[in-house]
Amino acid sequence: MTNTQTIQFPASTLEKVHEIIKRYPEGKQKSALLPVLHLAQAEWKWCSSEVMDYVASLLSIKPVEVYEVASFYTMFHLEPVGDHVIEYCRTGPCCLMGGVEVYDHLKAKLGIETGETTADGKFTVKEVECLAACGWGPVFQIREKYYMNLTTQKVDEIIEELSK
Amino acid sequence: MKILTEHIDVQGIETIDVFRKNGGYAAVEKALKKMTPDEVTEEVKKSGLRGRGGAGFPMGMKWSFLAKPEGVPRYLVCNADESEPGTFKDHYLMMKSPHTLIEGMIVSSYALGANTSYIYIRGELMYVATILEKAIQEAKDKGLLGKNILGSGYDLELHVQLGGGAYICGEETALLESLEGKRGNPRNKPPFPAVKGLWQCPTVVNNVESIAATSWIVNNGGDEYAKIGIGRSTGTKLISVSGHVRKPGVYELPLGITVEDFIYADEWCGGIRDGHKLKAVVAGGSSVPILPAELILKTTNGENRLMSYESLSDGGFATGTMLGSGGFVVMDETTCIVHNTLTFGRFYHHESCGQCSPCREGTGWMDKVLHRIEHGKGRQEDIDLLVDVAKKIEGNTICPLGDAAAWPVAAAIRHFRDEFEWHINHPEKATAKGAVFMREGASWSL
Repeated sequence: MTNTQTIQFPASTLEKVHEIIKRYPEGKQKSALLPVLHLAQAEWKWCSSEVMDYVASLLSIKPVEVYEVASFYTMFHLEPVGDHVIEYCRTGPCCLMGGVEVYDHLKAKLGIETGETTADGKFTVKEVECLAACGWGPVFQIREKYYMNLTTQKVDEIIEELSK
Repeated sequence: MKILTEHIDVQGIETIDVFRKNGGYAAVEKALKKMTPDEVTEEVKKSGLRGRGGAGFPMGMKWSFLAKPEGVPRYLVCNADESEPGTFKDHYLMMKSPHTLIEGMIVSSYALGANTSYIYIRGELMYVATILEKAIQEAKDKGLLGKNILGSGYDLELHVQLGGGAYICGEETALLESLEGKRGNPRNKPPFPAVKGLWQCPTVVNNVESIAATSWIVNNGGDEYAKIGIGRSTGTKLISVSGHVRKPGVYELPLGITVEDFIYADEWCGGIRDGHKLKAVVAGGSSVPILPAELILKTTNGENRLMSYESLSDGGFATGTMLGSGGFVVMDETTCIVHNTLTFGRFYHHESCGQCSPCREGTGWMDKVLHRIEHGKGRQEDIDLLVDVAKKIEGNTICPLGDAAAWPVAAAIRHFRDEFEWHINHPEKATAKGAVFMREGASWSL
């Protein structure tokens, strides 16, 4: 568990935060909230309340303004997650292309259900809604990377590669 | 006829040099050096270009609503929050040819008198945001963005803003809330964003594809654009095709070709996958009414249905649908309509922002009832209950998400009521692995 003292962006990320704040008019730095939460999640994997408090202090806003936003948007993890968060699309078009079977295979292979993390802390599986890649379904995403036209065999290869 | 994707497969088109060699940024030269902002707006009006995000509202008219009080900044915000199930055209365009959007942003921002503009892109498309940011830097280095662009005296800063995963932020006022660092709760209108938008300043929000089309309009004139297409459906449209066709993907087509050609011709989708038959199509993204094969191909007057705003909506919701965002989801006879409707119902339940009771509660109930029908626990009264809930959501919410949630459920029952009844009356059969309803005598039945 992180504690408040250790929560501090590295200098290069802090510089990025200040560059982002400059994109908006004076006094509108709250607009940087979503971009900065993404930076925070990239740094600490998930948004603990300590992380959110830190983000609030960086943007001179109240902690509750961060909590209400982080809990509204599905991309922000409010619980600890594994090293690789696999977010698979469960919406119609991906299901038409055999998504359900592929995702069941994924969960069986990892031995976890949606929302769970493997015992070794490597993988978390989450189901998400449409990822705007419907013609290339079934699809899942791990961080910024899209994995498309998935088959059970491709899933095996991806998991093996990431397990190394 | 291709306007947006003519050079999309050219090697290196994502770099500014290759993009310029293929005619890129000519519209910026022309607009900033030879045209006034009002002249650009006039060409867009003449083009008849309609908002490509789904609403289909005339873009030039939307621009003309922008308030221009002295000393108050105005903003252009590009809606790249593409999240409507079935739609991935903006993703494709931005990922392959980022400068196509950036050129359109410069021309459009100039027309509106905006000196700072934002591209709000859904957070999941982080990798596309990186592609756009790289392209923006290239444009800056060439003097196409920043201060005094090409010596014209016009300044423009362009920024990419990441969303956080919320379909609702595709609704323009929710998008603006999100861009202000808040939850994506849609605003009451009026005031409209054209008067009070981003930070209470006059703002125009336009879809990626609409903005991208303005460069061609500047280069060739609004009248030329209006010659493409049919009637009030002018120009070309990007169609995202998913589901059971031979060639899913993104196609740019002149509005007005027949649906039948689009589905079956080798130039487009190439027909239904081998050995299967067309059962149904969702033509414009998950929120528009699903149509069975016979109604998507022909109107009730026996005319060929066309890929146009007017033809797709011919017959109203009783027998027609909408062009919407152009998310074209094709289903063959192996598709269980109840399951597909459940995935859409679950989607809207998940994505309702929770602000209006009819949507927050109604989407939850529709999800729950669809879930029990799909899982063999449906009750006789459930079908009418779904229709009733859909009716009570429709028109009773601040933003169109309520309608978008109600329509697909109502339409699925309208055209496939027997399939819902089969699930309720024969739960063992319906829940067996791979079981699908076959309607006696239907063109799609085996």
